[in-house]
Amino acid sequence: MDLSQAYDAMLGDLAGAFPLVLLAVAGLVIVVWDAFRNNDPLLPYIAGGALAIGLVFEGSQLASEQTTLFYGNIRAGGFAAFINMVLLGGTLLSVVLSVPYLRQIKHAYGEVYALMLFATVGMMALATGNSLIMLFVGLETMSVCLYILVGLVRKDEGSIESAFKYFVLGAFATGFFLYGIALLYGATGTVYLHEMQSGFAQSGATTMFWAGVGLLLVGFFFKVSAVPFHMWTPDAYQGAPTTLTGYMSTTSKAAAFTALILVLYYALPPERWTTVLAVVAVLTMVAGNVLALAQDNVKRMLAYSSIAHGGYILVGLAAGTAAGYSGALYYLLIYSIMNIGAFGVIALLEWDGKIGREQTMESLSGIGTQRPFLGLAMAVFMFSLIGFPPFGGFFGKVAVFGPAIDAGLTWLAVIGLLASVASAGYYLRVVYVFSFKSADERPAEAPATGTGFNVPFSSLAVLSLCVVLLVVVGFIPGLRDVTTHYFIDMAVAAGTL
Amino acid sequence: MIQQVLFLFLAVVAIGSALGAVLARSPINSALWMVVNLIAVAGLYITLNALFIGVLQVLVYAGAIMVPILFVIMLLNLGSMPAPSEIQWKHVVAFILGVALLTQLAFVLAIGLDALPEMSVSEEAVAASSAREIGKMLFTRYVLPFEIIAILLLAATIGAVMFAKRKFA
Repeated sequence: MDLSQAYDAMLGDLAGAFPLVLLAVAGLVIVVWDAFRNNDPLLPYIAGGALAIGLVFEGSQLASEQTTLFYGNIRAGGFAAFINMVLLGGTLLSVVLSVPYLRQIKHAYGEVYALMLFATVGMMALATGNSLIMLFVGLETMSVCLYILVGLVRKDEGSIESAFKYFVLGAFATGFFLYGIALLYGATGTVYLHEMQSGFAQSGATTMFWAGVGLLLVGFFFKVSAVPFHMWTPDAYQGAPTTLTGYMSTTSKAAAFTALILVLYYALPPERWTTVLAVVAVLTMVAGNVLALAQDNVKRMLAYSSIAHGGYILVGLAAGTAAGYSGALYYLLIYSIMNIGAFGVIALLEWDGKIGREQTMESLSGIGTQRPFLGLAMAVFMFSLIGFPPFGGFFGKVAVFGPAIDAGLTWLAVIGLLASVASAGYYLRVVYVFSFKSADERPAEAPATGTGFNVPFSSLAVLSLCVVLLVVVGFIPGLRDVTTHYFIDMAVAAGTL
Repeated sequence: MIQQVLFLFLAVVAIGSALGAVLARSPINSALWMVVNLIAVAGLYITLNALFIGVLQVLVYAGAIMVPILFVIMLLNLGSMPAPSEIQWKHVVAFILGVALLTQLAFVLAIGLDALPEMSVSEEAVAASSAREIGKMLFTRYVLPFEIIAILLLAATIGAVMFAKRKFA
């Protein structure tokens, strides 16, 4: 390999990976700036600006052809641009929501924004990576930043508990993931996803290959909190600062699911794992929804609900068709919008001084009449999470359940629908308590009617944007086709369609 | 043949020292067992002709990482756990027998499934494991993961400093 040529090629590739580089540099600027001017209020603007520029750049790449950069390590354009837009957009919304929230809980540190940017770099590496090494490095970068963000409120025992559980279990999952990668490399002789199938066919090291696939899947299931690897989720989500919970529950899940889709699509032979995914999807949907019914804390309830939504996405993956994968991508977009919105509302309604860990749902009775906008926004998010038409959640569910039926997994789609119906029980309870219960029914320790709950303009704007997006997203012509298009095109290119 | 014997010897030392690290009553003993483990693993690398990785393993892990661990143990003045009052020899014998049986079982299974590693090293693998080749690969083919690892380490450092040093209200 001629080195001077190699450097020219890499310099050219830098332009394609522009958002990745931009976020990393912006994170470094924030760290250095923060060292000289501690907690400068300008810092979130740097983060937000970098994210917005990245978002616009990826938007311009949306229609371009998919390529790989840096010796096939990472994807750019097309499919990668779509998922990067989800990640950058989700991070941007979370940053805007976090600014007033972190100030309110007195943890408005500059490092938080740097770590969010670094985490997003990791997510982008994970979601667009084309080699197992890239996936692993991205996964770890994302996870380490999230461990730190979860434990941000160090003086709160619940926050420490959640960070510790997340860290220890996450380290285990990383071990599984890495072991899986090592075995897959041993069995196929390559780390590149698209070369894996032919490598497997050549070597024929069957046992080692399937053991590697199993371990890799365990690592993925942990990161997307699929049952039975979900134990960390409720605790980690409950003890993390609320807007950051919204951040990690959406973007990190989107990145991990996208990587899983790429691995399934490119690297694994197309048999065997449909059953595994279907079984895990059923367990995840049932356990997530049933356990959510019993929760009295909105944050914890949303944590179980996010487990259940992971199950719905797994239904699309179990279908194993191009339509199923693209449906899952589409669902990730919609899920990100509604969950960031729901956690954003909860973040504004915190009063217990313990990052919302202990306040009950009833303590927010009648908040919808006191703050009509918040009540309305929460109602939209809840109905969308149920999958009620005309909101985005409905179209998302159509996009994942439809391909499952087409692929002959009708029973799976039926279980998914039943689980969605059951989920109405806890989502509607939130709407009922917020908007139809009177404020007099609050328990004694709750804040009195008419006090507190500032709604800063920036949060208002973000929540309005989420609401509007959820109402219109199902009706944007062509949006659904965008995701389908990627997989169909790839299938054509690979000669399998 | 000599390779297989070397492999078995180093593997047994590695597993034994790992057990020692877990079971030792005093943290210093535990750390020293870990040094033995790391050196045995370095030996395994060298039997696979990965000389450079083996040397790195000794330098970085056994040298640079274990020294701070020993320092921390010293500075924290960790005492050792109380020794078990009496050793139940019956349990020890049962444990050893159990491990032996499990090894046999695993061996038979591995043969049945054809999953035993072959101890052969290709010429290319030898050529690719020199420091020069690894350096070249690191800065061309794997440059992006390499740079992202830099971000990962930076984030971890920031987190550690933030947790340790930030004055929390």
